[in-house]
Amino acid sequence: MRTVAVVGTSLAGLRAAQELRAQGFDGRLVMIGAEPPYDRPPLSKDFLLGKVSAGDIALAGQDDLDALAAEWHLGVRAEKLGREGVTLGDGTTIAADGYVVATGAVARTLDAARNLGGVHTLRTLEDAVALKQALAAGPSSVVVIGAGFIGAEVASACRLLGHEVTVIEAMPVPLAPVLGARMGAVCGELHAENDVRLITGVPVAGFTGDGRVAGVRLADGREVPADLVVAGVGARPATEWLTGSGLAVDDGVLVDSGCVTAYPRVIAVGDVARYRCPLRGVRVRAEHWTAAGEQPGVAVANLLAGSTVTHFARHGYFWSDQYGRRLQFAGVATEDVRIVEGDTASKRFVAAYHRGDVLTGVFAIDSPRPFTRLRRALQRCR
Amino acid sequence: MIRACSVSELPEGEAVRLAGPVPVSVFHSEGAYYALDDTCSHQDASLADGWIEGCYVECPLHAARFDLRTGAPDCLPAKNAVRTYPVVVADGVIYVDTEARQEVA
Ligand SMILES: Cc1cc2nc3c(=O)[nH]c(=O)nc-3n(C[C@H](O)[C@H](O)[C@H](O)COP(=O)(O)OP(=O)(O)OC[C@H]3O[C@@H](n4cnc5c(N)ncnc54)[C@H](O)[C@@H]3O)c2cc1C
Ligand code: FES
Repeated sequence: MRTVAVVGTSLAGLRAAQELRAQGFDGRLVMIGAEPPYDRPPLSKDFLLGKVSAGDIALAGQDDLDALAAEWHLGVRAEKLGREGVTLGDGTTIAADGYVVATGAVARTLDAARNLGGVHTLRTLEDAVALKQALAAGPSSVVVIGAGFIGAEVASACRLLGHEVTVIEAMPVPLAPVLGARMGAVCGELHAENDVRLITGVPVAGFTGDGRVAGVRLADGREVPADLVVAGVGARPATEWLTGSGLAVDDGVLVDSGCVTAYPRVIAVGDVARYRCPLRGVRVRAEHWTAAGEQPGVAVANLLAGSTVTHFARHGYFWSDQYGRRLQFAGVATEDVRIVEGDTASKRFVAAYHRGDVLTGVFAIDSPRPFTRLRRALQRCR
Repeated sequence: MIRACSVSELPEGEAVRLAGPVPVSVFHSEGAYYALDDTCSHQDASLADGWIEGCYVECPLHAARFDLRTGAPDCLPAKNAVRTYPVVVADGVIYVDTEARQEVA
């Protein structure tokens, strides 16, 4: 393999490049990215709070980047992947023997908010800078749509910054699909405990305001005043540029358990990849930092080998910081959840999920040590 | 020299955090004691909460591994070493010399 092109230069793309070099690839390495590599998790946490700056969240220093000995095409998008190679927005076409698809995901937006000022999403550094500026202007009431992790973190940051915040969640219990109903409800309590109003079980119907948002209309007819809205309604995989490539795409690039597409010379990693999880037997898109950091090691080994020789068989893991507390989750939630340490009332506990006698998942608030121990036990339950 | 704890208070595979302006933790692994800056050099996590195995501690937040002997990380996401300090055991008590920082690569 003489040339490898990596498309997407955030966490998964950068790690893929680092793995290529670490695993002995000494050919031409071409990096194509709309943005330089920076770390997204701090955007909704310490960056909004002003504790870290854009410089602090770079994923690599200049010497790390130099060490890759790569050819960089930054600030430009890949628009097409075809027989002749990958074609960029500036017209350049790069032919390669191997391709890494690492284009991540894009924040979902709300149609009703189109052309309405004061409605934000949060995915990129640019989004975070814009939101930070809007918050500095002192909005009198902030509404966050969606009580998932991003929504909850934004609500938390806005509250810690002193704003009045309302969170609107369409589902009856926040985070239930991820953490299960019981732990989702516990997380939902964090909002009220920190003087943030949480409205659940009602979808947003639209917005009021002329040119600029003035309020959020709920499906039950209520209206919540808002001069700043943040929509945390999920992300969709960035796959438009693959139309016509022949790659199978269905809510992400479909790859096998080794992150390899139907073409052994094309791998997909990170938020854009929907891989067959050997532990769960289903296809999943991980959408979490740890997977984006770990999949490239496996995927690159397979790319260099020319076929799937190793699999990505790790339990999902993510963390979240809300209202000064640290949440950690690994594995899969089931209905059978038991508190094994601490208590939910104090919001310091470890919960273990089971299927029969088998440990399937672990969730903890402010208990990193016992969480880590149980997460280890989970890894042994394969 | 500051007193960390007695030997009996720090079983194998465990760590104890010593509060202070710069928190330092003492680790007990495979019969030896090591003292390191407690805060991970990547972001904000306490290494004393991590997973100790052999000569390494794995950060509880993003799994960077640090060599207990040198403080150097052996994998991403951490890039910088944490400082290490001399540990002395006398009369069943573990002491750490927090003045003598052993700067390592
Ligand atoms: C605000 C926020 C907070 C988060 N917090 C946490 C957390 O606490 N814990 C956790 O586990 N996870 C968290 N995550 C998730 C984590 O950040 C992602 O899983 C991770 O960033 C995925 O990395 P990636 O490289 O696959 O994709 P991305 O980070 O989305 O990167 C993809 C890159 O590809 C570029 N790109 C897209 N299309 C093209 C194209 N056609 N041509 C060229 N370049 C392109 C994009 O501009 C981007 O730079 C958070 C995410 C966000 C947005
Ligand atoms: S805080 Fe330790 S690895 Fe990130």
